[in-house]
Amino acid sequence: MTTQTAPAHAAARPAKSRAARRTPPRLRTVGLAGGAYLIAIFFLLPYLEMILTALRPHNEIRDRNYLPHHFAFSNFINIWDTGLGTNLRVSLEIAVGSTALVLLVAIPAAYYTARRNFRGKRLFLLLVLITQMFQPTAMIVGIYREFMQFNMIDSVWALVLVNAGFNMAFAVWILNAYFGAIPKEIEEAAIVDGCSRVGAMFRVIIPLAMPGIVTALIFTFIAAWNEFIVALTLTTSDATHPLTVKASSYIGQYSIDWQHLFAGSVIATIPVIILFALIEGKVVSGLTAGSVK
Amino acid sequence: MTQTTHPDVRGAGPGPGEARVVSHRPGGPLRRLTRALAPLPWIAPATGLILFVVIWPVVAMFQTSGQHYSSLGFDMGSAGWKNFTRLFAEADLTSVMVRTVVWVVAVVTITMLLSLGVAQLFNKQFPGRRVARWALIAPWAASVVMTTLVFRWMLDPNNGAIVVFLHQLGVVKDFNGTGSNVLANPVSAFCWEIFVAVFVSVPFTTYALLAGLQAVPADVYEAAKLDGASAFRTYLSVTLPLLRPALLVAALINVMNVFNSFPIIYELTGGGPGNQTATTTIFMYTTQQTNIGEAAAMSVVNFGFIIVIVLLFLRASKWNSAED
Repeated sequence: MTTQTAPAHAAARPAKSRAARRTPPRLRTVGLAGGAYLIAIFFLLPYLEMILTALRPHNEIRDRNYLPHHFAFSNFINIWDTGLGTNLRVSLEIAVGSTALVLLVAIPAAYYTARRNFRGKRLFLLLVLITQMFQPTAMIVGIYREFMQFNMIDSVWALVLVNAGFNMAFAVWILNAYFGAIPKEIEEAAIVDGCSRVGAMFRVIIPLAMPGIVTALIFTFIAAWNEFIVALTLTTSDATHPLTVKASSYIGQYSIDWQHLFAGSVIATIPVIILFALIEGKVVSGLTAGSVK
Repeated sequence: MTQTTHPDVRGAGPGPGEARVVSHRPGGPLRRLTRALAPLPWIAPATGLILFVVIWPVVAMFQTSGQHYSSLGFDMGSAGWKNFTRLFAEADLTSVMVRTVVWVVAVVTITMLLSLGVAQLFNKQFPGRRVARWALIAPWAASVVMTTLVFRWMLDPNNGAIVVFLHQLGVVKDFNGTGSNVLANPVSAFCWEIFVAVFVSVPFTTYALLAGLQAVPADVYEAAKLDGASAFRTYLSVTLPLLRPALLVAALINVMNVFNSFPIIYELTGGGPGNQTATTTIFMYTTQQTNIGEAAAMSVVNFGFIIVIVLLFLRASKWNSAED
C-alpha cells in the first residue's frame, strides 16, 4: 500500500472518502445506534430485574428462570402490611424537609452573592465550595458525636439538617448562575414601579429563576431521599428508619422477603429516575460549577 | 449544553452592584457598621447551616480522636495519641489501606476509560439518542443502596440472574457451590464490588464528558479534517486535550465519591470476611461500633487523605489554566 505513487494515492483518497461518506452512513448509523442501545439496555438491566422480582409470586421467588410464569401485582398491595409505609413516610419527611430548608437558605444567599460584592463574599463562597467537596461519610463519627450531644438520635430533624447542609452547595451554585443571568434592569424597573427589594425578588427574580429553583429542588430531594450512611448512623428504631436503611436491614434476616423488598425498591426508585430525567441537562453544570475555573 | 457561569470566588473588587449600596456616601461609624452587617440577613442562615452541619462535625471528629471512651461510650478524659497508636497497631490496617488505594485507582480508572468510550458514542448522531441517554440516568438517579441490593440478589448462589447466566455460559459449574457463591470469596467479592462501583459511576462521568465534548467547537474538527488527520489521530491530538478540564473535574469528583463510597461494600460483604474486603471508610464504620475514639482516629486519617486530593486537584487545575 505504501509503495503506491503519489498522484495515484492523492487521486484515490478523495474518491474513497466520498464513497465512504455516501454509502456506509446508513450502516454506520445502524452500528452506532445498535451499540448505544445495547449499552442503554445494559444499564437498565438491574432495574428491570428489580421490577421483575417485585412481580414474582412468593412460590416462584427461588426459580431460576429469568421471567416468572405469573405476575403477582399483589406484592405492591401487600407491601403496606409489612410496615414499609412508615419508612416511606420517614423518607418523604426527610426529603421534603431538607429540600425546603435548602431552598430557604440557598435562595437568599445565592441572590445576594450574585448581585452584590461585600466583604467576606469570597470566604463565604469558599465555605460553600468546601461543603461540596466534603461528604458526610468522611466525618460520620463527628456527626454522630454532635447529634448525640444534642440528644437528636432518632430525630428526623437531625437528618433534615445534615442532608440540607451537605446538599446546599449545589443549590447555591445553580441558583447563583440563574440569578446572575437576570438583567439588573428588570429588577430596577420593578423597584421604580414601587416594589421593595424583597418584593422585587419575589415578584420578578424568583419567577424568572424558576428553572434553576426546580433543578435545585429535585436534586436536593433525590439526594436526601437516597442518603444512607447518616440515616444508618443516626437512627436506631425501626419507626425512624428511612427506606434505604430499612431495605438494608432486610438483608441481615435469615429469610429475606425479596419480592416485598424489591416492591419497596421500585416504589423508591422509579419516581426518582423520572424526576431526575427532568433536570438531567442542568445537573452536570451544578456539580462541576464550584471546581471549574 | 450551555456553560453556566459560576460565581467568581476570587472577585472582591467593587462591581456594578456596589453602586446602590454606596449611594448614601459612607459616613460615620454607625453607617459603616450597618453596611458591614447588610449581607447578614441574606447569607447568615446558609453560613449557620454550614457551620453547624459541616464544620462542627469536623471539630467533634478531631476532638473525639483525642478522647478516651469506655466501651459504653462514657468520656474517660484525654487519651493523647492512644487512639492513633492503637489504630496503627491494628493488624489489618496495612492491607485495608492498600485495598483502599486499589479500590480508588481501579474504580476511577476503569470508569474514566469506559466513560470516554460511551460519551464518544453517545455524542454521535443516531435515531433514539435521547432515549438511549435517558436510560443511562437510571444508575445515577437511583439510590446506590437499592442498586447494590439488586446486584446482591442477582449474585445469589442459588438463583441469582447473573449466576444463572454464568451457569449457562459454563463458567459456574453448580449452584450453591463455592464457585457460585462469589460473595463468600474475598477476591471475587471485591471484584464484584469494583464492578458495581464502576456501574454506578459511569453515568455521571459519561454525562460530564458529554458536556465537555459538546463544548468543543465544530470548526476545530473541520480544521483537523482539512489537514488530513485520521479519526484516531484527531481524537488523540484534538479531542482529548480539549477534554482535559472536563476529564480532570470528573476524575476528582469520582475519586471523592469512590473513596467515600460506603453502601456497595457494606451491602455486598460488610467488609468481610474478617476485613478482607474493607476499605478505610468501611473499617472506620465497623470500628465505630466498638471503639469510637479509634474510629475517630481513622476518620482523621481519611480526612487527611481527602484534603490531599483537594489540594492536588486545585494545584493541577491552576497549572492547567496557567498553561492555556
